[in-house]
Amino acid sequence: MVEIVIVTIVKLLIYFGIMLLFVAYGTLAERKVAGHIQDRLGPYHCGPHGILQPLADGIKLFFKEDIVASASDKFVYFLAPALAVVPPVLVLAVIPIGDSITIGGKTIPLAVADVNIALLYFLGVTSLTVYAIMLGGWAGNSKYPLLGGLRSAAQFISYELILGLSIIGVVMLVGSFNLIDIVRYQKDMWLVIKQPVAFITYMIAAIAELNRAPFDLPEAESELVGGYHTEYSSMKFALFFLGEYANMVVSSAIATALFLGGWYAPVHWLSFIPGPIWFLIKTFALFFFMLWIRWTYPRLRYDQLMGMCWRFLMPVTLLNILGTGLFVILKNGGL
Amino acid sequence: MSWTQFFFYVFAGLSLLCALMVVTRRNAVHSAIFLIITFFFMAAVFVILKAELLAAVQVLVYAGGVVSLMLYVIMLVKAEEASQVKQNLGQIAIAAFIALLLALQVGSIVYLYFAQKPAGKAAVEALKYGGNTEGIGALLYTKYLFPFEVASVLLLAAMVGAIVLAKNRLER
Repeated sequence: MVEIVIVTIVKLLIYFGIMLLFVAYGTLAERKVAGHIQDRLGPYHCGPHGILQPLADGIKLFFKEDIVASASDKFVYFLAPALAVVPPVLVLAVIPIGDSITIGGKTIPLAVADVNIALLYFLGVTSLTVYAIMLGGWAGNSKYPLLGGLRSAAQFISYELILGLSIIGVVMLVGSFNLIDIVRYQKDMWLVIKQPVAFITYMIAAIAELNRAPFDLPEAESELVGGYHTEYSSMKFALFFLGEYANMVVSSAIATALFLGGWYAPVHWLSFIPGPIWFLIKTFALFFFMLWIRWTYPRLRYDQLMGMCWRFLMPVTLLNILGTGLFVILKNGGL
Repeated sequence: MSWTQFFFYVFAGLSLLCALMVVTRRNAVHSAIFLIITFFFMAAVFVILKAELLAAVQVLVYAGGVVSLMLYVIMLVKAEEASQVKQNLGQIAIAAFIALLLALQVGSIVYLYFAQKPAGKAAVEALKYGGNTEGIGALLYTKYLFPFEVASVLLLAAMVGAIVLAKNRLER
């Protein structure tokens, strides 16, 4: 009993550390990628090639003046930034970073929790992110953040449907909500080959849920000043920022487990590299993909965004589910 | 008292406390926040009762979906107005009737427990399907298909009704 508790705490601390490192260097990667895509160098002054920039940013945010809007609802105003960070940290519990390792004759599974409803847990917990944005927009008691919050809520609820529906195709093939089972199913062939449509719709929905360009209407600078976090400063602002990047990491990690074969190596002769390393490499590849998209495409108009969700992505995901269902029935020998 | 029992009482007590906060807060946004927390503690109780699927659906549908739609509307009400909304809407008779129904339901469960009778067959039937998800799915689409379809039709009717109501107002 005590042993399980200690092992779980150690695992949680390690994964939390990995995520924080990922988030810190994610912000640097964002600026570096943006720089190189725009033919600049990006941050260059803190350390060689700007490698210490996240540290400098952190110190800067800590020492900024913490302004509390006087007409705000204090309880909600302080709650919202904290809520932004909670969902991605909760999702860490179900991410299957590797199979299991043996230390001193004991086999320890690498995932924190082997839950048979891991995917539903992921969907349920990430659906709470919307509250941070909505409440953050409302609490400041000012109109631009409120408009940003409302836009984001509409967008989030619409795209959450697409996220859930695109996952269903995978669940139908594997026959389980358990992420570890889903990864084991992909030992010989990644699910991205069997479910390419689901992968594409998942990535679009994930980017849209995170309010990132080209879907960043809730924080459209030119119309809404800064969106839902306009009234926040210092560490409270930093928490919203942290939540967004942590969510990116977590969505990339779940996509890795669902579509890119999790901890398995892409080809057999490369399997001498340990599984968790592969998992992190693939997660970073998807993370990079999100950055790439952001700095390549211009922002959509609001009606285009909603039209794409309900008129294009929705039918496509439903057709994908129908097709997958037909495939599963035929494979099992017809009706 | 085992750990399971301990956690059950903690989560059940906290969910009751938060439910009380939902109805006593004057600010509607605060009420909504406490409602989310209540759903979370209820999901925790479901997990303790080994109904993981129910817990996940509880968080996904109620905490994630329904309340966010409610909040969407509440947010548009100005903060000063929200705190002055009339708390008593003259619905005591309806509320009392529904509370009575609920009390009868809870009472019947308590009675069955103390009379040492089995509380229902659904759980026993679900067991033979193995997992949680499979059990609920299989029962829902075989034995309880008709109630399930009725609920779906009701929801569809509600949706069409909402669109018609909103459209009438727009045209006027």
